[in-house]
Amino acid sequence: MNRNLIAFLKEYRNSMPGLIGLGIMVFFIVPAIFAPCITPYDPHQMYKPLEHPNTNHLLGTNDIGQDILSELIYGSRVSLFIAFFVSIVSAIIGTALGMLSGYFERVGFFIMRIVDAFLAIPRLPLIIVIAAFLRPSIWNLIFIFVLFGWPFTARIIRSEVLSLRNRPYVDAARMLGAHDFYILGRHILPNVVPLIIVQLIIEARHVILAESGLSFLGLGDPTAKSWGMILHYAFEYPTIFISEIWKWWMLPPGLCITFTILSLTFISYSLEELINPRLRGVTRV
Amino acid sequence: MSLLKITSLKTWFPTRDGIVKAVNAVDLEIGDKEKLGLIGETGSGKTILGMTIIRLLQPSTKIEGEIWYKGKDLLKLCEEEMRKIRGKKIAMILQNPTTSLNPVLKIGDQIAEAIQLHQGLNKKEAKEKAIEMLEAVRIPSPEKMANEYPHEFSGGMKERAMIAMALACDPSLIIADEPTKGLDVTIKMQIIKLMKEVTARKSMLFITHDLGAAAEICDNIAVMYAGELVEYAKTEDIFKNPMHPYTQGFLNSLPRMGLKPIRGMSPSLIDLPNGCRFHPRCDHAEEICKNRHPEMAEIEKGHHVRCFLYT
Repeated sequence: MNRNLIAFLKEYRNSMPGLIGLGIMVFFIVPAIFAPCITPYDPHQMYKPLEHPNTNHLLGTNDIGQDILSELIYGSRVSLFIAFFVSIVSAIIGTALGMLSGYFERVGFFIMRIVDAFLAIPRLPLIIVIAAFLRPSIWNLIFIFVLFGWPFTARIIRSEVLSLRNRPYVDAARMLGAHDFYILGRHILPNVVPLIIVQLIIEARHVILAESGLSFLGLGDPTAKSWGMILHYAFEYPTIFISEIWKWWMLPPGLCITFTILSLTFISYSLEELINPRLRGVTRV
Repeated sequence: MSLLKITSLKTWFPTRDGIVKAVNAVDLEIGDKEKLGLIGETGSGKTILGMTIIRLLQPSTKIEGEIWYKGKDLLKLCEEEMRKIRGKKIAMILQNPTTSLNPVLKIGDQIAEAIQLHQGLNKKEAKEKAIEMLEAVRIPSPEKMANEYPHEFSGGMKERAMIAMALACDPSLIIADEPTKGLDVTIKMQIIKLMKEVTARKSMLFITHDLGAAAEICDNIAVMYAGELVEYAKTEDIFKNPMHPYTQGFLNSLPRMGLKPIRGMSPSLIDLPNGCRFHPRCDHAEEICKNRHPEMAEIEKGHHVRCFLYT
């Protein structure tokens, strides 16, 4: 595994978009982890409201006097936490159900009908309705995103397992007396890991966007400072576009969201390229 | 006493186009330490017969008959009991080692698998045993090679690894499905030599269309055509005195016998000819061959043939 990982990293180093994506990600993740040490102010502490950017407050303050830069950094914590937590949980659920439904036909039939139902319903409007119904909170958001995230992963994993389970080495394992769950865990799972990783990143991207959207609509957790919430409060301020304050109040969280999604796109792009040998050949030339 | 006794075994696959009768009323016996060669053309049902013994076909497959192994009818065992026999008592070497090895697992771990599944050894012990197995199949520097992935192995080495996998739990019967397929002549000879050595104290069903390999390894040979046995005899009898016209044709198609092909094509297993299954391609076919289906008969001592020429 180690040797594989090294070879993998070497390949990854050759991919420009992947490196850029990773760089941006690190740029966001490091401050998020060390937020308490590096933020100049407590994001909930109130100072003089609506200050323009100055040496005390690099991005000024909002309408109730909170330091916007500190808000942004703490906001990245919330946004990234939700994104990664949701994508990991829905990847686990999606992978488990996808593998079961790919391997056992009858179980698969039922799971896939549930998946069909989820995929057929338009995602965003329903999420909005449920979010409104459940009352805004971080854990409710996470619940909703997982609820709507796993079916995609399950569907993709299933289609891969459908092909993998007919490989001769699966027969070979059965020939040696392996039972179904042993085959699933040992022969099929390692073969779908690359797919899971790509799916994880795609899902994280969806979630960041959806979380920002919901928060922007006022369905986010009002007590948690996420990028979407900052946007929401900024947008609610009556004269946001009349004066100049949108430049340091609205623009930065918007850019943060954009660049995070961009970096995830880049990373998944190069991962897919690495994992799919057919794409790999094209870029090498 | 025989180790494996198959009586009137039928394996049929229902498909959209009709029933594929891959194995038809086969009777076969493999004695203790006997090596039985099963030869025949591609599509004659050899592999399916092997897979039927170890019960690895889709659940929709219709199987009739009896397969007695050490006093147990394998066809009546439940899946869990069968699982304990696979790999431990009866192991199969699949054809095509390149696709039969999992590309993401190290060779050593794949061999250790069978050991872990059946012998309850822990990971480390199983791995040590796997290295011993690699050594037994003459893979150089086995400690190092056990940590390699299948794509780092050559074709002959992969075949050796497959053999090691099958031997790992010391089964009493090995079903080898064309282990010499796709190997060049020198490697093939090495593999044949190896198979002879490692199976010296075991029984084996050696499925092949390579007559040379069969002659080298097997005590007895059964010739299969269109899902049924047409001739069964000692290896030397098959080669010195082939009786069934199909066996004769098969031998004549060997390069050193003049490379004369048998005319026509082997029949579709869905739509089998009436009477003798070989009559449309047979040079000796008579009226009776078209209407009546010949039975297997012992023509000389230990030499069974399914043909009207001798009855």
